[in-house]
Amino acid sequence: MEILDHLLQGFAIAFQPLNLGLVIFGCALGLFIGAMPGLGSVNGVAILLPMTFLVPPTGAIIFLAAIYYGAMYGGAISSIMLGIPGASTAVATTFDGRPMALQGQADQALITAATASFVGGTVSVVLFTLFAPPLAAVALAFGAAEEFALMMLAFATFVGLGGDDIPKTLFSIFIGLVLSAVGLDIISGQPRLIFGDITGFMHGINFLVLAIGIYGIGEMLWTIESSKGEVKISQATVTVGRVMDSLRKFKNYGKTTLMGSVLGYFVGILPAAGATPGSLMAYGVAKTISKHPESFGKGNPEGVAAPESANNAASTGSMLPMLTLGIPGSPTTAILLGGMVIWGLEPGPLLFVEHQEFVWGLIASLYAANVFSLLINVAFIPAFIWVLRLPFTILAPLIFVLCIVGGYAPTQDMHDVWLILIFGVAGYLLRKLDYPLAPAVLAIVLGPLAETSMRQALLQSNGEMMVFFQRPISGPIMITAVVLFLLPLFKLLKARWRASKAANPGA
Amino acid sequence: MRRAEFVMACVLGVLSAYLMWKSAELPIGWIPKEGPGGGAFPFWLSAGMLACCLWILLRLFRRSSSVSRSTDTYMDRDAVRLFLLVAGSLTVMLLLIHVVGVYVATPLFLLFYMRFMGGHRWFSTSTIAVATPIVAFFFFEIALHITLPKGVTEPFFYPLYDIFL
Repeated sequence: MEILDHLLQGFAIAFQPLNLGLVIFGCALGLFIGAMPGLGSVNGVAILLPMTFLVPPTGAIIFLAAIYYGAMYGGAISSIMLGIPGASTAVATTFDGRPMALQGQADQALITAATASFVGGTVSVVLFTLFAPPLAAVALAFGAAEEFALMMLAFATFVGLGGDDIPKTLFSIFIGLVLSAVGLDIISGQPRLIFGDITGFMHGINFLVLAIGIYGIGEMLWTIESSKGEVKISQATVTVGRVMDSLRKFKNYGKTTLMGSVLGYFVGILPAAGATPGSLMAYGVAKTISKHPESFGKGNPEGVAAPESANNAASTGSMLPMLTLGIPGSPTTAILLGGMVIWGLEPGPLLFVEHQEFVWGLIASLYAANVFSLLINVAFIPAFIWVLRLPFTILAPLIFVLCIVGGYAPTQDMHDVWLILIFGVAGYLLRKLDYPLAPAVLAIVLGPLAETSMRQALLQSNGEMMVFFQRPISGPIMITAVVLFLLPLFKLLKARWRASKAANPGA
Repeated sequence: MRRAEFVMACVLGVLSAYLMWKSAELPIGWIPKEGPGGGAFPFWLSAGMLACCLWILLRLFRRSSSVSRSTDTYMDRDAVRLFLLVAGSLTVMLLLIHVVGVYVATPLFLLFYMRFMGGHRWFSTSTIAVATPIVAFFFFEIALHITLPKGVTEPFFYPLYDIFL
């Protein structure tokens, strides 16, 4: 078993003292970030990425992946205790988690959430271990045209499946790509879009500037506005006996949890979908297949198990395209991908050949992160409930300072810090008008890659656009992308057709 | 809400047109043996942005998007006040960083925010305001060797560098 050999090597890397310490620290920090209302994995990873320059790249990504994981566990805590989702990925957990807490079963809800997260995480990491190497092997044969087609597919999923306003989604993709084009033209070497020779634009706009602006400053402005008013924290009695009792009950929800895990994993692979829709879908399916659908929304533990297993599984799923194809499966993995570029690791299938220790160390650390997140979560439930009482007027300014100083660190240019503030304010104002911002972050990360691969492919074909549709692999991918781009149009036509049919039933 | 949507789409539309015009400073057509010119990629993308803005305006006038039907206010008085306070204090902090450096600007910002906006006690406020720059100094300057901007306070740090570096 070649995979097992690789995995064992990976464990040897993940269990090095520094890396193991980073996993544990990352999980604890992730749980904290996830538990804070308004902060999720993407905010934590964006704001803390500059801090990881302290450790080698493998350690850095292990740390950030552990935060990603921990945040998925932590999101459930505020969903259950406050009835406010700790992150958008934990929205579905409030449906049954909150009623359970109000009925005095907060501890059981928390334990169910943690255990379901563990199952979801573990099932999906096993699936990941099995799927990743063959997919990477196939992707090794991809050329410029295929790369470009994959990126088109990634953007198309936002339009076809994202569910946001179509022109606003497209605008977000376009502006992200334009921002990525600022700086020196990669082929001719000429400066472009530097706005009257402002030297700060010469080195381009780093994706982190946009990510910290939107997910740091912008998100905080949003949370400050929406978190006014008092919230009520439920009480949870946590004793060893009650924990064991909850764990025993958990096996009754095994089927639901497994369903959530597998569903979440596959939904997570799609760039536009990810953990939030994945957990909502898992909740819906759990309700449909349940023998007592009417008990959902009134405190059914299965309604906690399904979305929590799905959101953890989705976070692993979103790493699959990031590592094998170089296409991020979620905004958080988009930031991880950008980080890999900073650390000098070319994302894509070659990683599995040239940086095996990095890839397998990361995969093994995901197994470890799951175990630690579960242990820390269950052992320190009272501590995380205390965290929820932390006043936002202390946390918010500290996060602002972290954004400013962290944003300065990578390029050491005040110009970038001003841009972070501008993007943050703009992002906040745009978000209030329902402009989706995740596509822009994905686009600024993928932009340079998309432009290079498009220009290379066009050069090889002498400007023939059809090259993307004619090659055996890129063709079907492009056609899928086009179908996804047009999907909203089909839906609209179908709705119109139905409406007209309903208007004159005789016709 | 409708007015905000209209203004935003117009502002973004003007921005798109400006970006198109700036991109066109580089060749946007096909250069033989070199492929598309350096300006082509941003030019056509900005054109796409402009098209999206027109589309958003069209949907606004036809009332076919959810925002264009909303009767909520975009930002009420409270939201505007809070937004201006936070964004304003951040701007002042950045300006101060240029003059007196990070190590003076951030404690001032923290003091202002926690004491006057949060109404926390002087003790907790000042502890955090003093501890934050110290932690930042050791993390960035000592561990990462990244010098944060210090403005006129630069000379005060020379003895610290002598001790720790």
